[in-house]
Amino acid sequence: MTNNRPLQTPLHALHCELGAKMVPFAGFEMPLQYSSGIITEHRHTRAAAGLFDVSHMGQIRLTGTDAAAALETLLPADVIGLAPSRQRYSVFTNERGGIADDLMITNAGDHLLLVVNAATKFDDLALLEANIGHRCGIELLDDHALIALQGPLAAQVLELSVTDIAQLPFMHAAAVAIGDTTCWISRSGYTGEDGYEISLPATDAAAVAEQLLQNDAVAPVGLGARDSLRLEAGLCLYGHDIDTDTTPREAGIEFAISKMRRRGGVREGGFPGADVILNQDTVPSRRRVGIKPLGRAPVREGADLVDAEYRPVGKVTSGSYGPTVEHPIAMGYVYGASALQGTTLNAIVRDKYRAVAVSPLPFVPHRYYRGR
Amino acid sequence: MSETRYTEDHEWARPEDGTTVIVGITDYAQEQLGELVFIELPEVGSELAQGDEAAVIESVKAAAEVKSPISGTVLETNDALKDAPDTVNREPTGDGWLFRINASDPAELDGLMNEAAYMSYLATLE
Repeated sequence: MTNNRPLQTPLHALHCELGAKMVPFAGFEMPLQYSSGIITEHRHTRAAAGLFDVSHMGQIRLTGTDAAAALETLLPADVIGLAPSRQRYSVFTNERGGIADDLMITNAGDHLLLVVNAATKFDDLALLEANIGHRCGIELLDDHALIALQGPLAAQVLELSVTDIAQLPFMHAAAVAIGDTTCWISRSGYTGEDGYEISLPATDAAAVAEQLLQNDAVAPVGLGARDSLRLEAGLCLYGHDIDTDTTPREAGIEFAISKMRRRGGVREGGFPGADVILNQDTVPSRRRVGIKPLGRAPVREGADLVDAEYRPVGKVTSGSYGPTVEHPIAMGYVYGASALQGTTLNAIVRDKYRAVAVSPLPFVPHRYYRGR
Repeated sequence: MSETRYTEDHEWARPEDGTTVIVGITDYAQEQLGELVFIELPEVGSELAQGDEAAVIESVKAAAEVKSPISGTVLETNDALKDAPDTVNREPTGDGWLFRINASDPAELDGLMNEAAYMSYLATLE
């Protein structure tokens, strides 16, 4: 009878202590915002450093010498060629060329570490077990937390706890000690800013988070600002901007498909939906684009888009207010020539037409650290 | 009949001279919504029945509708909110008022909560 109670992350008590407004999200009770509010948290992340609890996400460990080759049968990334301590973004595909989930893959030396979406982690586990369970070890790291530290001051803050971590380039990872805790730290994130994601045992998570929060540059940031930050950065939210009916090409995330898995590559195809995805030669009929409302009214997920002659041309998949650009922002899918940058369309918001412009993504430039 | 009245949807209605009533949202409502980024106000001259959608207020995360607590004709809207929607966060019952309405049936206010009743109602929500 009590199975519907939301789960708590290892940082739950800390969130409550910090005055978080807790909301149910993907089966967990998560901080939507703290007392300073979404806009302040958002701007603080772009100006200094924000600390995010993303422990609700799925962390999956694959072990065994065949793990990389096995994983390649489920997604279009070059996993075999992923060097130790390197990280790569990819997507699980389905037979129709759609996206079953998006994920990060890290070569952690003696295992692969996958970070998948919270709402899809059990589907992903089932997919892995059914298809490659006989080829490698699969373990959900539900005794691990995941903390993101994001923003222009993230590197100098983390450097105080981890020597040389400021030198780690974007999409690289390292096993390091913070105090007595062994963590896997990657230089990546979901804000468009420089920053890190820290995977560590649940029992040590609160102590590490508190240590980082002691630095004046660091403020706790909730899911509300996480969403507005990723939207400004033009990053997809699974289940909204990409889903089982969206192909990587339509979504503009072809970089999830490694060159050697493409047509003519050394290990061409061999993933679900490869025939659909690799044969999408022509420009797809619809594409994910940035959408900038020309007025002040936010245009939100689900709003229909029509062209200047009021013909349906698409739909908004994410929309909010961008605290850094100080303007409403959105993205969505638009068909045909209407998807050209600069095209003026209308979004239907509460039965009114609101003018919007098809805009380049991201709305705020990425500031990743790619090494010196 | 001059005291401020409240709805279960967290609007307030304060009678002024004659049949004029000034309308806004409560501190509880602005707190629940968070920092406001956009406010859509009714057209001056529009006729509203009690409970009709009168305005839309939007925070970063969501849009919420404001219902008219009373029937009547919209006399004036607080256009300063277009450039400073966060005024509603700072002063929801003062400079953050939304619109003035000429009430067609001021007695409708008697059916709304007074401050003490609204406070008791808020206590049931936690």
